[in-house]
Amino acid sequence: MAHVLLRHRDIPNLNQLDVYQKNGGFEAFQKAVTAMKPNEVTDVVKASGLRGRGGAGFPTGMKWSFIDNKNWPHYVVANADESEPGTFKDREIMESNPFQFLEGLAIASYAVGANAAYIYLRGEFWQVAALLDEKIADMEKAGLLGEKLFGSDYSLNIYTHLGAGAYICGEETALLESIEGKRGQPRIRPPFPPAYGLYGKPTIVNNVETFTNVPPILVNGADWYKSMGTPDSAGVKIFSLSGRVKKPGNYELPFGTTFRELVYNYGGGILDDRPVKAIMPAGASSSLIVVDDKALDTPMDYASVRTLGADLGSASVIVIDDTVSIDWVVNKTIHFFKHESCGKCTPCREGNYWMLHLTERIHSGEGSQNDVSLLLNVAKQMQGKCLCALGEFATMAVVTGIERFPQDFQKAVKA
Amino acid sequence: MSLAQKYPNEVNQIMAKYPPEHKRSAVMPLLYLAQREEGYVTKDALKDIAQMLDITETDVASIVGFYSLYHDHKAGKYRMQVCTDLPCALRGADKFLADLCGNLGIQVGETTPDGLVTIEAVTCLAACDKAPMFQTQGPDGIQYHENMTVDKTMELIEALKNAGKEVK
Repeated sequence: MAHVLLRHRDIPNLNQLDVYQKNGGFEAFQKAVTAMKPNEVTDVVKASGLRGRGGAGFPTGMKWSFIDNKNWPHYVVANADESEPGTFKDREIMESNPFQFLEGLAIASYAVGANAAYIYLRGEFWQVAALLDEKIADMEKAGLLGEKLFGSDYSLNIYTHLGAGAYICGEETALLESIEGKRGQPRIRPPFPPAYGLYGKPTIVNNVETFTNVPPILVNGADWYKSMGTPDSAGVKIFSLSGRVKKPGNYELPFGTTFRELVYNYGGGILDDRPVKAIMPAGASSSLIVVDDKALDTPMDYASVRTLGADLGSASVIVIDDTVSIDWVVNKTIHFFKHESCGKCTPCREGNYWMLHLTERIHSGEGSQNDVSLLLNVAKQMQGKCLCALGEFATMAVVTGIERFPQDFQKAVKA
Repeated sequence: MSLAQKYPNEVNQIMAKYPPEHKRSAVMPLLYLAQREEGYVTKDALKDIAQMLDITETDVASIVGFYSLYHDHKAGKYRMQVCTDLPCALRGADKFLADLCGNLGIQVGETTPDGLVTIEAVTCLAACDKAPMFQTQGPDGIQYHENMTVDKTMELIEALKNAGKEVK
């Protein structure tokens, strides 16, 4: 099947503006601006069933419809902070199919009446930002950005903004704080960004992959989009496959593809043909799924993955084989979250600090079964008490690791 | 010399991205500019940026302290930042880092005696399918180096060494 998002794999040089335009590029944006009212664009996206691809899976069209039309100006922000361990899809889109992403961002801006859009890239994407700056300049030269587009009254400018190495800036309110020139610490919500966003103005924040879905939806219609995937999870998704597989990489597949197909047909199976032990479907924030035949045959959509006691999230599928001990996995994830906790709320800041002490001690062989119980206790004490999802995410691998793989922790501690 | 005197065009481009009443937004891009030459943000640069944006030096310092890619002390000309997070570690990143350090005769966090390279272990860089990998942060920004081996890395270090000589 031809790609919907990773179209550069089918069409050479798609990152050149003339090639993109020869393949239907910017027809959707032109159609929106010249022949559709902003709310009609939102309605199509709503009808398509598109859900946010950053991890939360919130319905995109519904989010756009929340924009506060009593308060102006409006902003649209692309979340290109891509920092979840195991996620590397947005970078491929921006590097190789940048115009489809930029067109989606432009269409969203029109739909919510924004004349300025920002792309917030993680600081490590320095080269990607330089490339996007070139592509934005190409669009300005071609009259696809700037004043009075396509002879209408609509104007739009797009700017890139580089972060500087902070996972928390993927949280949308921390991201907005960061654009405002502050430390990336989440705001208390509500109010949510569609009411109070960038500079206190109504703002829509979506993930890069979400925007990239929008042009084909506008061209082909909501029904076409819904014909792919499952009733609960419409359309296609880019699955970032990593860990102990033979062929890690990005695979664009319809929602509802099973773990087995992804890992064995696309990923080529496990290194040294070992058995799969565990899967983390949503990166380091994920619960650990115990892998058996039932789990492997589970379709990857939001509802089905939940039956395995996990969330699909950003579909960053980390595969763990039987050579790996789960106490090591948990030590790795906590090392990450301890480093990335922003320090604003106490349960996350202190909880991760103490969880790291405990996982280090357990993994070094110096721990006792009491340390394992204490670790589980600290994690559970954090749950439901943190200001944003980061603290919650940090506990996922700890709790499910200890509860679902107790034997690995028993082996790790002193007798 | 102030940033505005040294890089007038770039400073103007940065300021033009944000509404004039929200010029504080320029603090992050200005900090990248400020650490371009020395590899870290000097005390003078903190003062300079604070004055440009009508904020306090403490405000600027809080940004430097919060974000991993800003530095308040000198290191090697290039910081070689190896990802050792879970997905990379499942593909040998920890061993790669240990072997690289062994080859260079330094520990993680240390700089080679010629002042060229500092080795650091960092969190996820969104290149999990191409581990082992690292980024170099130096005078010419940030570059990714993917599917790396110790041999390829030693070649890269040689090339960086020679590039430096040409400039001088």
